[in-house]
Amino acid sequence: MHRTKVRVATDVLDANETIARANRADFDRAGVRVVNLMSAPGAGKTALLERVLIDGLAGVRAGVLEGDVQGSLDADRLSALHVPVTQLNTDPGFGGECHLDANMVRSALGAMALEEIDLLVIENVGNLVCPAEFRVGEDARAMISSVTEGEDKPLKYPLMFRTCELVVINKIDLLPHLDFSLERFLENLDRVNPGVEQMLVSARTGEGVDAFAGWLTAVARGEARTA
Amino acid sequence: MHELAISRAILEQAIGHAEGRRVTRVSLTVGALRQVAPESLRFYFEIVSRGTLCEGAELEPRAVAARLRCRCGAEWELAELAFRCPACADADVTVLDGDQLRVESIEVEEEQCIAPR
Repeated sequence: MHRTKVRVATDVLDANETIARANRADFDRAGVRVVNLMSAPGAGKTALLERVLIDGLAGVRAGVLEGDVQGSLDADRLSALHVPVTQLNTDPGFGGECHLDANMVRSALGAMALEEIDLLVIENVGNLVCPAEFRVGEDARAMISSVTEGEDKPLKYPLMFRTCELVVINKIDLLPHLDFSLERFLENLDRVNPGVEQMLVSARTGEGVDAFAGWLTAVARGEARTA
Repeated sequence: MHELAISRAILEQAIGHAEGRRVTRVSLTVGALRQVAPESLRFYFEIVSRGTLCEGAELEPRAVAARLRCRCGAEWELAELAFRCPACADADVTVLDGDQLRVESIEVEEEQCIAPR
């Protein structure tokens, strides 16, 4: 018995990337642009989507793919707005993953009425680490960082902050009550993703939400910077 | 905990290249810009490889530092998280190295070849 070295030289997530490209090709064929929306749990992904979807997106027909480990609480909230919502649970069957991957999104394609929408927002599982590693077939990535999470988050989760085309800073209505320094947060963000598009919003009061709606509309029309 | 999913992906690649041989070592490169914890990878790999050709194989992650280049020509190794060019402060920088997560090679056991096949 002797040992031999075999060259592999392949990206570990090669299989995921291949499926992500297949997803994107399917979305392209259907004329659907896709946003991968990510954040920590409780940063306000669903609340912000509720805000923008209730007012509509200037003629853009939006749908949502809702990723959660368990349950359909968020999907139930969004379907009340009469937009097509598909629930995707990563619970057993997928192994309770802490993120969506390309194959999970692929498995949900059949359940989505792509011909009825122009824009698909994939609301990823709330998590600042794992979702960043897995492309799912998106045109652009947006993340939400809420001011209650602290200023240091770009430095603690650089991959997430670095791979996004848009960073939304949410819950700014709480700024007067917090020690959060917006200036320091923006400095930290500039260190990991200099020049990234950013906007300040409050999903609660509606402040700045127009800008996010405008960005989604621009992505849907192919006018925003994409990955 | 995405190291579980990554461990499974590593296992699939290793088995795919093993062609039925037992795998004794899996060598990886892990770029500094990836958020992957090597000790967590080892932990999960030991679990997911049980009962496969990779059972007992040693997982060898090699850390790779991040190297960046600015369009002004400056090149540097990222010592702390700061992606602006240290020379001209431009944001338009290219990652030369350190964003990879690759299976580089595997080591497999070969039967001694006694007679010509």
